[in-house]
Amino acid sequence: MADVQTNDSDSGKGGKHKKVRAKKQSTHIDMTPMVDLAFLLLTFFMMTTTFGKPKTMEINMPVKPDTPENQTLVNNAVTILLTGDDKIYWYFGELKPETKLELTNYSNDGLRKLFLDKNKYAVDRIKQLRTESATNNMADSTLKRLEVEAKGAKQALMVLVKADDKAKYKNVVDVLDELNITMVGKYAIVDLAQQEFDLINNFKPQP
Amino acid sequence: MPTVKMPKNSPSLDMTPMVDLAFLLVTFFMLTTQFRPDEPVIIDSPSSISEKILPDKVMIVAIDNKNRIFFNLEGKEIRKAMLQQMGDKYGVKFDDNEMMRFSIMSTFGMSVQQLKKYITLDTEKRKEFMDKSEGIPYDSLNNQLGDWIRFGRLADAQVNPDGPKEKQMRFAIKGDAQANYTSVKRVIDIFQEMKVNRFNLITTLEQNPIQ
Repeated sequence: MADVQTNDSDSGKGGKHKKVRAKKQSTHIDMTPMVDLAFLLLTFFMMTTTFGKPKTMEINMPVKPDTPENQTLVNNAVTILLTGDDKIYWYFGELKPETKLELTNYSNDGLRKLFLDKNKYAVDRIKQLRTESATNNMADSTLKRLEVEAKGAKQALMVLVKADDKAKYKNVVDVLDELNITMVGKYAIVDLAQQEFDLINNFKPQP
Repeated sequence: MPTVKMPKNSPSLDMTPMVDLAFLLVTFFMLTTQFRPDEPVIIDSPSSISEKILPDKVMIVAIDNKNRIFFNLEGKEIRKAMLQQMGDKYGVKFDDNEMMRFSIMSTFGMSVQQLKKYITLDTEKRKEFMDKSEGIPYDSLNNQLGDWIRFGRLADAQVNPDGPKEKQMRFAIKGDAQANYTSVKRVIDIFQEMKVNRFNLITTLEQNPIQ
């Protein structure tokens, strides 16, 4: 029976005594389905995922005193007053009846120049430390500690950020960011005093 | 005259390099990205130079550009315990099914009374609901945000008692750039009433201009 069957199947190709050879197969396989799958996965991952984690900015708010008391007066501090329309007013030192506000903005010549000028001590010190650390192979932790020290030094600038009810959240974050860029280590977000509110409302640009 | 014959090319081309590339990209995306959480509201965070990464265990209070407040805290068990306490306080009963559905939800922003209805909706309807929602009430008369924060912390303490210090819960504020500062201030005040003085403000990364 088996013989008959082989005869039958071979009959088309003829040659009863021909050697049985393995069919020569091409080494190429069709990769189309594989590519399909790969791109499908690629699209899926591209659409459903996000890169990394969101970045955050850490901030410590001053602890609220249990009993209201007079705020300690600061002499070498810049007070930044934020209001609507992306305007920034500022004054230096203590709030006195004769204090005049100055207007600035978020550009490089505005807030950044102001902070860099006033915070010259810390900026110079940190730059010096960084060049030193590059030449002397200072440990990162030491550098960090010295930088923090420089930022917290007495001569370094202190900034009080006060925002009124027209200010946007972006304004506050921008100022905090500017403080980080200009290496101001001492800053706080505090409430606006009534006097300062009046000053903003009565602000007249100086000629 | 012999006719010009085009060389007979095989229609199949070697796709190996293409496959290599495709799988390389797949691997890259699988390793470097993470699944995007389904956020019901779009919040456009302001940018900063800060490179700190958002901690793992974090309570997020989001404020969108219409000054609505949203709340999110991850962790199934924590969410269940939190919802239970919240329901008890406001006299809203949540059954087991609702608890289950709430525990796998993400950000939400509505009063507890409306929350019950929101939980039962499907994803499509939830979006609609959220668009109309007023956000979590946070004025001093009906300070539900304060309660969410308090119960969230309590629930965390119950679920993970005496966890290591570095695993402590952090508090993040995710504000839209156009949100009013007063709303953000109010949120910070609510946190500070509970003696939380340290925050993470969620921002997008920008290049540091000086370096």
